Amino acid sequence: MLKYIFRRIILLIPILFGVTIIVFGIMFLTPGDAAILMLGENAPQAELEALRERLGLNEPAYVQYGIWLGRVVQLDFGRSIRSGRPVTREVMARLPATIELALLATLLSIAIGVPLGVLSATRPNSAVDHVATVAAFGGLAMPVFWQGLVLILVFAVALGWLPPSGRLGGWQYYILPVITLGTSAIAAITRMTRATMLETLSQDYVRTARSKGVHPRSMIYRHALRNAMIPIVTVIGLQFGALLSGAVITETIFSWPGIGRLAVDSIRSKDFPTVQGVVMVFALLYALVNLFTDVLYAYLDPRLKTRYS
Amino acid sequence: MAVNEASTARKRARGARSFWSVMRSSPRMAIGSVVLLIIVFAAVFAEVVSPYPPNQQNLRARLQPPSAEHVLGTDHFGRDILSRIIFGGRVSLQVGFIAVGIALAVGGLMGLLAAFYGRWVDTAVSYVVDVLLALPGFLLALAIVAALGPSLVNVMIAVGIAYIPQFARITRSAVLTVIEMDYVTAAQAAGSGDNRVMFKHVVPNSLSPVIVQVTLSLAGAILSAAGLSFLGLGAQPPTAEWGSMLNSARQYIRDAHWAVTYPGLAIVVTVLALNMVGDGLRDALDPRRTD
Repeated sequence: MLKYIFRRIILLIPILFGVTIIVFGIMFLTPGDAAILMLGENAPQAELEALRERLGLNEPAYVQYGIWLGRVVQLDFGRSIRSGRPVTREVMARLPATIELALLATLLSIAIGVPLGVLSATRPNSAVDHVATVAAFGGLAMPVFWQGLVLILVFAVALGWLPPSGRLGGWQYYILPVITLGTSAIAAITRMTRATMLETLSQDYVRTARSKGVHPRSMIYRHALRNAMIPIVTVIGLQFGALLSGAVITETIFSWPGIGRLAVDSIRSKDFPTVQGVVMVFALLYALVNLFTDVLYAYLDPRLKTRYS
Repeated sequence: MAVNEASTARKRARGARSFWSVMRSSPRMAIGSVVLLIIVFAAVFAEVVSPYPPNQQNLRARLQPPSAEHVLGTDHFGRDILSRIIFGGRVSLQVGFIAVGIALAVGGLMGLLAAFYGRWVDTAVSYVVDVLLALPGFLLALAIVAALGPSLVNVMIAVGIAYIPQFARITRSAVLTVIEMDYVTAAQAAGSGDNRVMFKHVVPNSLSPVIVQVTLSLAGAILSAAGLSFLGLGAQPPTAEWGSMLNSARQYIRDAHWAVTYPGLAIVVTVLALNMVGDGLRDALDPRRTD
């Protein structure tokens, strides 16, 4: 198992290396002079030249990339143009809020998606199944930004039950953002659970268990669901990527102080060192979650476990 | 000549019959197709269909609720929301088609070459695909728009690049299956060149999974593009675009919910229709899938 994890981590390195090229491109392709962006239009020529020299902006692209990469490996993305503080510190200050939101949305989507999928698979073509299928289709088609606004409209503006934005102040502040972010994941997990459960329930070992007189509930949860878990776990992992994307929009709508909103604000104000930092952190987070999913996958599938143990 | 015509007519009739039988067996796909046709029709003939020009302001009729005059109400400049949704559909469909076109052209070619030539070509393509997949699609598009600057054209490019990996992967696996077929070996043995084998034999026979992917990606691309415009990084005012309409209506949510509700509904209906057609196509083209 350890060998497997180690191998997966080694495989990540060239990928993340490729991501740094994309992230470097963000600064390199940004129209306009980075030195002017940092010091302002009216900065004296000598100062601009000094900054260009210091940042290596007069060097050819590959030298610039080398210098930049050397700093990034030490988690140094430079200073934010907007605030003047180190980008790493800015990102780290906002990261917990995003992780909190994404984790809660993941938990919500598992808590609703898996049981709902099981329920529709065990009663195919029943009313529950039809409602779940239609709801899942709708959930997948609903843009995060619109859903967030509609929830605000109904629960904050019309009913006045929940606060429309913000984070600190109690559990009420979490409800709308978590639901907004979690909806598409709920839909995806419901559909995947239903499909794999339907397939598993038609397998021979389930029929054997049934004919042996195993209690239906135990048959569904101990025999079928355990075997259906592998593709479901994969979907949960993939959904985490969608959640990170959704976090950018959800945080913007609900004024949630996470790195998604930081990314949007930084793009708007051309604060590219911060944009680079946030994008790199997103890639790292995504890679870690995928790694975790793969490891869990190996853990759940005894065939993979024996191959690597 | 006459024989030729007769056989074409027969083929067409057979095509129509299978089209209708698919539609009958999958009501979901039938509904999706009809809705989609209406949306495309409205977008193409927007000038004729929409009651007002999309940018015509009427400051005396600001934030009016739906009425006989303005069926879906007006926005904060007194512009007719229905007209803006119709014109916005044109923008969204354009963005979707161009973005998916970019992804299909680049990703499809990458997948085709990777599968056809194998070895280092395959390794290189797989590496690029893995790197692009290291960021969730929307975030990749966001990063690219950050680099290129906010505009509708850049959103098309960004979303297009973000969808390249999917097309590269699907085309690669489809081509890998087809390439094993006897008729490909036969064509190669008969002395056909690489280009001829690829584009006459391999490509036409690898199309069905790619077509399904096009439909489903269209839905995703429209959502992503609207999301970027919602963040203020895509279509710029006064362009009528669904995402940016929502963004500008946000601050009036307390007084004019219709300005938020209807453009969003337009996105939901379009994406839903595309997903229904895509799912239906997948079931029709791939007999192994049954969910």
